[in-house]
Amino acid sequence: MQTIDLATQPLRELNSTLQAQSAQTNATAWEVLNPRGAHAIAVGLDAPIDVTVRGVTGYYCAGMNKQAHIHVTGSVGPGVAENMMSGTVIIDGDASQYAGATGRGGLLVIKGNASSRCGISMKGIDIVVHGNVGHMSAFMAQAGNLVVCGDAGDALGDSIYEARLFVRGSVKSLGADCVEKEMRPEHLEILRDLLERAGADARPEDFRRYGSARKLYNFDVDNAAAY
Amino acid sequence: MCGIVGLFLKDRSLEPQLGAMLTDMLVTMTDRGPDSAGIAIYGSGQAGQAKLTVQSDNADADFATLADDLGQILGATVALRRADTHAVLTLPAAQAQAARDALATLRPGLRIMSDGHSIEIYKEVGLPRDVAARFDVASMSGSHGIGHTRMATESAVTTQGAHPFSTGADQCLVHNGSLSNHNNLRRTLKRAGVRIDSQNDTEVGAAYVTWKMQQGATLGEALEGTLDDLDGFFTFVVGTKDGFGVVRDPIACKPAVMAETDQYVAFGSEYRALVNLPGIDAARVWEPEPATVYFWSH
Repeated sequence: MQTIDLATQPLRELNSTLQAQSAQTNATAWEVLNPRGAHAIAVGLDAPIDVTVRGVTGYYCAGMNKQAHIHVTGSVGPGVAENMMSGTVIIDGDASQYAGATGRGGLLVIKGNASSRCGISMKGIDIVVHGNVGHMSAFMAQAGNLVVCGDAGDALGDSIYEARLFVRGSVKSLGADCVEKEMRPEHLEILRDLLERAGADARPEDFRRYGSARKLYNFDVDNAAAY
Repeated sequence: MCGIVGLFLKDRSLEPQLGAMLTDMLVTMTDRGPDSAGIAIYGSGQAGQAKLTVQSDNADADFATLADDLGQILGATVALRRADTHAVLTLPAAQAQAARDALATLRPGLRIMSDGHSIEIYKEVGLPRDVAARFDVASMSGSHGIGHTRMATESAVTTQGAHPFSTGADQCLVHNGSLSNHNNLRRTLKRAGVRIDSQNDTEVGAAYVTWKMQQGATLGEALEGTLDDLDGFFTFVVGTKDGFGVVRDPIACKPAVMAETDQYVAFGSEYRALVNLPGIDAARVWEPEPATVYFWSH
């Protein structure tokens, strides 16, 4: 285990050290101490290494992640795992707004609650939230899966394209063009796999599925007067 | 972008350290707002006395004989305690309004930052570290306080445009965000007789809260009203003589983190601002919900 203590080492050194790891590195386990809410911790990684951040982080933790498995033992600020490509990011606490925004791949697990705009413009990432998500989650979501074991706030899936949204609890309201959809066996399989990988103690059968009504895809001349 | 910090003490033994804790929090928020900084601190007041915090760009000349000059007009004893460009005038509470009126002609260049039983406001243009040092905020004690680091959007970078704003006795408000209906609301509030001194959007938010409380609303009810009547982005932290409140607009894009222990309630735009508070690792830490009013009082 390699340890980097942010109380004594600069953030740039942490990120450049982690970013320099190759796929063949022997240093596969890393520990980051005293994050104390700092921004941009463990960003831009591109190697199959395990990084454990012990504490609370600020903005943009684990952004642009590729391959790495990043575990934060506390809560995270806005924009965790933004634009993740692959790998895993696990947050033991809560996540602030726009968790997993624009993510293209990989798995983001939030064991507490996520606030507003979770999964905004997601493009293939899988996000599993053990608690609740705030308003405007999955806004303009294009691909991937958002799983919410608790409740969803206002305007879930507003202007959604093709992502799948699974919610176990209540949905305060659905956004424009987001509708409840039939849960078919293939969806239960996807959900079962995600819940298992996210360590969530929940039954797929207890969830409802939401997705795009596909009515915003094309311009409708009947709406011309609205512009 | 701006930075907000706030600290409401439950444990009175921490009161001598309030200024030091707020200074540390404020300086941490420098990169959210490096152009100006300010602090409202609720310290001890004297029975029957009011405190007016005033500011001058020509402090030496303006403050030299101010206490005597004002005392003669009021026919009362006025005490003056100077801190850099600011001074705190202590005078009989019944004459606070008369003092305001007198100062307008006695020292036209003077700006009144706040008045009330316990509030003092210090704010200036400059880096938060420098502003805090000029007033020696770290040595101040009090029961609660609110600080702000400003990155200006809606009005000029001036002392008057810095936060906190105080539009009523012992009241203050700081803001992260921008209001879009402030011109119209300013006109409405001015017609209703509310005092507004600047072209700043936040001052209108502060005046709105003052006006609601003048109509009999509690602090909580006044903050609820902001959700209906203010248009724009806001995270507000407000202080009253014995209270401390927080509200975020329904979109809630301006960040906010709160922490509570048996000793205090703390607010920070970011968690970084809270990391040096005692017992933070065991505190209840949460993000205040959108369109939800939080307030505490002594």
